[in-house]
Amino acid sequence: MRVTFTANGKPVEADDVWEGESLLYVLRERVGLPGSKNACEQGECGSCTVYLDGTPVCSCLVAAGQVQGREVRTVEGLADEDGELGLVQQAFIDAGAVQCGFCTPGLLVQTDALLEQDAQPSDTDIREALSGNLCRCTGYEKIMDAVRLASARKCAKAASE
Amino acid sequence: MSTRTIQGQKNLQDIRQASKDGIGGSPLRPDGNLKVKGEFAYSSDMWHEDMLWGMALRSPHPRANILGVDISEALKLPGVYAVLTHEDIPGSKFYGLEIQDQPALAIDKVRYHGEAIALVAADHPETARRAVKKIKVEYEVLTPIVTEEQCLAPEIHGYVHEPHEFKSHGHGNICHEQRLVSGLGVTDEVRAMADVIVSGTYEVGMQDQAFLGPESGLAVPAEDGGIDLYVATQWLHVDRQQMAPVLALPEEKVRLTLAGVGGAFGGREDLSMQIHASLLAQRTGKPVKIVYARDESFFGHVHRHPARMFYEHGATRDGKLVFADCRIVLDGGAYASASPAVVGNAASLGHGPYVIPNVKMHAIALYSNNPSCGAMRGFGAVQAAFGYETQMDRLAAELGMDPVELRQLNAMAEGDRLPTGQQIDSPAPVAELLQRVKDMPLPPPLDLDNLDVRTLPGALSNTSHGEGIVRGIGYSVGIKNVGFSEGFDDYSTARVRLEVIGGEPVAMVHTAMAEVGQGGVTVHAQIARTELGVEQVTIHPANTEVGSAGSTSASRQTYMTGGAVKLAAEAVKQALIEKGRRRYGWTQLDIDLVDGKVVSRSAGALISMVDLLGDEAIDLTREHHHRPTVPFDKETGQGFGHVQYTFCANRAVVDVDVELGLIKVVELTAAQDVGKALNPLSVVGQIQGGCTQALGLAVMEEIIVKDGKVRNASFTDYLIPTILDTPPIPVDILELPDPNAPYGLRGVGEAPTVSATPSIVAAIRQATGIALNRIPVRPEHLTGTL
Ligand code: FES
Ligand code: FES
Repeated sequence: MRVTFTANGKPVEADDVWEGESLLYVLRERVGLPGSKNACEQGECGSCTVYLDGTPVCSCLVAAGQVQGREVRTVEGLADEDGELGLVQQAFIDAGAVQCGFCTPGLLVQTDALLEQDAQPSDTDIREALSGNLCRCTGYEKIMDAVRLASARKCAKAASE
Repeated sequence: MSTRTIQGQKNLQDIRQASKDGIGGSPLRPDGNLKVKGEFAYSSDMWHEDMLWGMALRSPHPRANILGVDISEALKLPGVYAVLTHEDIPGSKFYGLEIQDQPALAIDKVRYHGEAIALVAADHPETARRAVKKIKVEYEVLTPIVTEEQCLAPEIHGYVHEPHEFKSHGHGNICHEQRLVSGLGVTDEVRAMADVIVSGTYEVGMQDQAFLGPESGLAVPAEDGGIDLYVATQWLHVDRQQMAPVLALPEEKVRLTLAGVGGAFGGREDLSMQIHASLLAQRTGKPVKIVYARDESFFGHVHRHPARMFYEHGATRDGKLVFADCRIVLDGGAYASASPAVVGNAASLGHGPYVIPNVKMHAIALYSNNPSCGAMRGFGAVQAAFGYETQMDRLAAELGMDPVELRQLNAMAEGDRLPTGQQIDSPAPVAELLQRVKDMPLPPPLDLDNLDVRTLPGALSNTSHGEGIVRGIGYSVGIKNVGFSEGFDDYSTARVRLEVIGGEPVAMVHTAMAEVGQGGVTVHAQIARTELGVEQVTIHPANTEVGSAGSTSASRQTYMTGGAVKLAAEAVKQALIEKGRRRYGWTQLDIDLVDGKVVSRSAGALISMVDLLGDEAIDLTREHHHRPTVPFDKETGQGFGHVQYTFCANRAVVDVDVELGLIKVVELTAAQDVGKALNPLSVVGQIQGGCTQALGLAVMEEIIVKDGKVRNASFTDYLIPTILDTPPIPVDILELPDPNAPYGLRGVGEAPTVSATPSIVAAIRQATGIALNRIPVRPEHLTGTL
């Protein structure tokens, strides 16, 4: 089957998609967006998190056919047009929250979504929001630091605007 | 002595401002930008036009004879390009890290659940999956040899490897053993010298590395008949060494390039898909990609050895240790992997960082039909630490002493001897590290009136509003060796090139070090900057075009490859200065490279590096070997077996819901001596990550194996800590330089994984009063419903 949708604002189409393929597979193997990661393909680790029509989902659990005509935003779409890093991306680098980085794309999308909803989450809110994203390297402390840093910068930016 | 405290809660804005880019600073990762953009190419992202997908058929039985394999139906499936069995292997059929006992594809029998039997290459992963299902294997299923008792009675239960096919240096189903005796050993007379004796039997479950990036890579057949492999691994050269004989290729025709690695923790020390993808690429003449699914990852790599341990400790009434006796049985599973070295570690480090005048130890690894076990962070020291630290707490209770004081009273220090007879010739601040975690402020007590239930055990499931919750505190300390031991010539190679690019001096660092997330690439750039006085450093992709870097394991890479980068950079510096001396006749002895200039400390700047270099590049390669070690004596365990030691202490605070058996670690504090923190941000990150894996082992992580079959090969059933399970982890770093190591540094990554588990279990014990002799601790152990 042919699937057409928008990925990071651009129309894309994939041909000869087998009906069992996931959105994650189509993104990674067919449309050249390998940023979302394949760690479990069972909805357990969050590494494949993308926005689907503005809501974060595990793309490994979304059948390719389901995205027909819809909007997908992946980690590749978090930086702006000229490649300038988004606020959450920069905070993850600055805080040392990226080690192997395999969990990072999913965490970035989930954190971006959290801060869209609540620019100043409490530590417990952060832990609750990110509890579906596994990281095996960092011990999460630096991820907490990164989210707090992104939150602080976001609030400072909002105040100065 | 310089110390530095970095609290887990610290806002990292100031760290960045304070950072310099040489050693001791915390510059940002050179690969961080790509990683946050999703542009960093991990091994599972490899892609080639026209590539095929490889997949393995794996055994559903832990022990069976293979009577026949029929691949004809699989071959008929449209889109299938090749189906291979061991008969199609062109070269040697066996490989292995220490003992070549593992067939690349099963021959006539399978020895563990998940062993690879046949391979398929197809045009779509789904086609490959369907083809794998069409391969017919006829088995004669045998009773698996899985318990210690069965393994040790081969005349009754059989051999995992029949004596005639036996490739190990052990005997029966024993893969390797190591004894150790020091002082008077442990005899009845020695026992009589102790006022109190405590003993116990302890068990550690099978933990998994559970790195997030699945085993994967792309093998591309080359025009010269060789193979180019892009792969996630821990040691490119040792992979190649094991692969080439199987592929019947000379080593130089097997070229490996490191593809992005999504964590390793020891699980990538053994081969996984390397040979399989290469065989399929050789056969089909096409690039072949293999990406393990998560269940296949659980079957496709070795795990941490589960252990059964017996410990007996004797002490005087005032708490001085008199003797320790120990037997450690590690289940190594079907193939040897790193079992011999794990046994060496368990035996030599199995009594902990304590001075004990009389010691006896017997450590063995068994061959069984359970999954193979090998390297995992902490490598043999982790299991033992659970045993000896539990014993310390029991001894303290028996003597009515404070558990930290008892440990401090017996703590080893610089100048003391280990049970192996080796004298510790660098700082060993064991007592001080314990004091530091003890002195750190405690988290506020549970306040039932102002409670966010999400912070309680059971957290989001809203299982409690504070009733039935008890808090406990526990302490522990551990010892780990750094680098490869027992006479292994553990070296690393680095190439450093200095040249002018765009009017600036630029250094390039080329090594074969596997960056698995630990941050070695950041540190290499810091070292080159420091030694060469340049700002710009590029890191060449790691591949087999440069000499071996050894493994990214045993906390050794900063020590070994960092040391090699330092040596190569120093050589480049000397060559550049020599060039200046020849040209300008400088006679000063104090010439150095600083901020892009050649500088005499007494006479000031001499010339810019750019002018002195001109169009010439200086490109030099150096090897770094650590001081030699020797194998432990087989019977007495004596010998200078390890290069360096590292120590970490922990304090755990836990809340336990005693009605439901649920646990929440409230805080986990660590104090570690790192010799010199080359990159404090990364050092803290490593310690926090190591503590978290230890937390996993303490309360949730275990591969459940029943009758040789794995029951939980998924992230649904094998649980690793989430951000909700993980507490704040304040880290206190001590920097006492090791005079034998580059910059005085000490390996960092493993020590916290050794030490943190027992502190958590001790805290649960303190809260509940339950003995807890097995980890992971499960709810049923706490509620008595087992
Ligand atoms: S890959 Fe989708 S949740 Fe793990
Ligand atoms: S950084 Fe490796 S899994 Fe998170």
